[in-house]
Amino acid sequence: MNNMGPYDEIRKKFNWNISENELGYKDGDDINIGWYCSDRICDQGKGEKVALIWQGFSGEVKKFTFNDSRIITNTMASFLQKTGVENGDRVCLFMDKIPELYFGFLGILKMGGIAQPLFSAFGGESLITRLEDAETKAIITQKKHLGKVRKIRDELPGLEYIIVVDYDGKKPLQEREIAFSMEDSEKIEKFDVFRSKAETPSVLHYTSGTTGQPKGAQHVHYSLISQYISSKYVLDLKDDDIYWCTADPGWVTGTSYGIIGPWSNGITQCVLDSGFKAENWYRFIEDQKITVWYSAPTAIRALMKEGKSEVEKFDLSSLRHLCSVGEPLNAEAVLWSTDTYGLTFHDTFWQTETGSMVITNYPGMEIKPGSMGKPFPGIEATVLDLKTHEPIEKRGVVGLIALKPGWPSMFRAYWNNEKTYNSKFINGWYVCGDRASIDEDGYYWFVGRDDDVINTGGHLVGPFEIESALLEHESVAESAVVGKPDPVNMEVVKAFIALKPGVEASDMLELEIMNFIRKKLSPLAMPQDVEFVDSLPKTRSGKIMRRMLRAKEWGEEIGDTSTLEDD
Amino acid sequence: MSGIKEVILDYIKEEYLEDEDMELDFSSPLITGGIVDSFSMVSLKRFLETKYKIQIPDAKATPDAFDSVDNILVLLKEFNVV
Repeated sequence: MNNMGPYDEIRKKFNWNISENELGYKDGDDINIGWYCSDRICDQGKGEKVALIWQGFSGEVKKFTFNDSRIITNTMASFLQKTGVENGDRVCLFMDKIPELYFGFLGILKMGGIAQPLFSAFGGESLITRLEDAETKAIITQKKHLGKVRKIRDELPGLEYIIVVDYDGKKPLQEREIAFSMEDSEKIEKFDVFRSKAETPSVLHYTSGTTGQPKGAQHVHYSLISQYISSKYVLDLKDDDIYWCTADPGWVTGTSYGIIGPWSNGITQCVLDSGFKAENWYRFIEDQKITVWYSAPTAIRALMKEGKSEVEKFDLSSLRHLCSVGEPLNAEAVLWSTDTYGLTFHDTFWQTETGSMVITNYPGMEIKPGSMGKPFPGIEATVLDLKTHEPIEKRGVVGLIALKPGWPSMFRAYWNNEKTYNSKFINGWYVCGDRASIDEDGYYWFVGRDDDVINTGGHLVGPFEIESALLEHESVAESAVVGKPDPVNMEVVKAFIALKPGVEASDMLELEIMNFIRKKLSPLAMPQDVEFVDSLPKTRSGKIMRRMLRAKEWGEEIGDTSTLEDD
Repeated sequence: MSGIKEVILDYIKEEYLEDEDMELDFSSPLITGGIVDSFSMVSLKRFLETKYKIQIPDAKATPDAFDSVDNILVLLKEFNVV
């Protein structure tokens, strides 16, 4: 029996009080995610239960109980306070998937800070943009990433503390740098957890848009109510589960369902801090006897490439439930997983802004391969007409996915960007920016983005940010960036580039440009294909027509070209 | 042969290695060790193709084939580069 029961029944009777009651929360109470994910589980008598099984790329395994977690997060919270971080300050986590990242996240929340996780592969420009916008006061990082932080810190006068979690004493620390050791610090048994309320800011996750720089989606502690119950219903987490979320906490899945969801449910979770290799992943599942696995279409398609024979080398019989997130899971991958693992991947749809799953497939509910599933109980969803922005009553018609505001984990602001935040709400709906249709049975079917944002490997990349960075390359006169189809990552970045006069196109220049963006922004933003062109298609007012270039890549109709300047 | 290995190792150190103190040799895990991620692997593949004037089919550009300089050398042998 799954946790949720029949979908139609729970959808009728569900309200968020169910989650509040299970968490022992009442309106007006203190609510601190850090406390709920550690102290509360210990108070329930599960202090000696394993909270985290961590494995590094070399095979080293570390285990931490919920009591360990409680003490370590106390210790990190106390350290931050003594260092000078105050409640409401933004504290960036810039680390690989090491234990300090997971406990640091809760530690920040416990002392009232706002956790700002950033993907550790980000380059200097990506870091500056996000730290500057958030006016981040402290960054917690590790030695291997210190070089990147040092290169940009002079441009960030508000960044007062650079905390290094694995300082080995070999080279002196520099200005503003402080060492912190999770193992060697004095353990703090009791800590006065910050008395945050429902609307107290908790997490700031940056996400990309079509125009402008990335925006910080700001969440609050009350998001726990959604994250807890959706983990219980959709991931179907039960007390004896061993859960593995493959996402990096630099992205929202890695915090909502790689930290908050499982730990607020008191579940043992695993982390593999290693690059992707099918053999290593399967061995990890076998060794740790993982039961619930939450991964991404890109990874699933990469595993498909390795074939069924690779699967047969391992005992994966511990697995009982599989879910996927990031971009739409194609029907072929759903069918492959059913055939190969004897279990079907359940696709889940949500965004940085939604904070938790909003349209998903559920254990026990019939899966239509390729469908996004149905709205989560408590979520009112629809598709809006592309022009009038009114709900479409007729089934099978493509519109904009929209949600009625008010679910607990909905973002509360874009940091410093009220105008863009307000623009996301139309006719009383939050508009996700994705297109879909709803079939006769109420299943949603993803069609594509409604803007120029590129979804590569489940991560959104903004073309504007890449085009701006490309202009800083000495050979580039102008550029346009679009997504092009990719069998594994759904889309990858393609750049059309017009070179400055006198510059010759060459393979070496293409490689140089790729590496330039990879180091400046991130590997995700790196164009995997560069096409040198004489000029770019523009409107008469001079705006680059990305949609024409994108249509060409996807083999679609180019559409209206009446405003082209060269017509 | 050792010249090619060293060229590739130097390129990886120069382009991908963030931790200045980290020791990297021919057998160091690149993909599983988190030095080169799956997206960056595309640029490493492009480097090899440009440098040695070959075309590596995507099917052969697997995480395993790129997981160390030694493994890359095995791959390059298929293209008569070494």
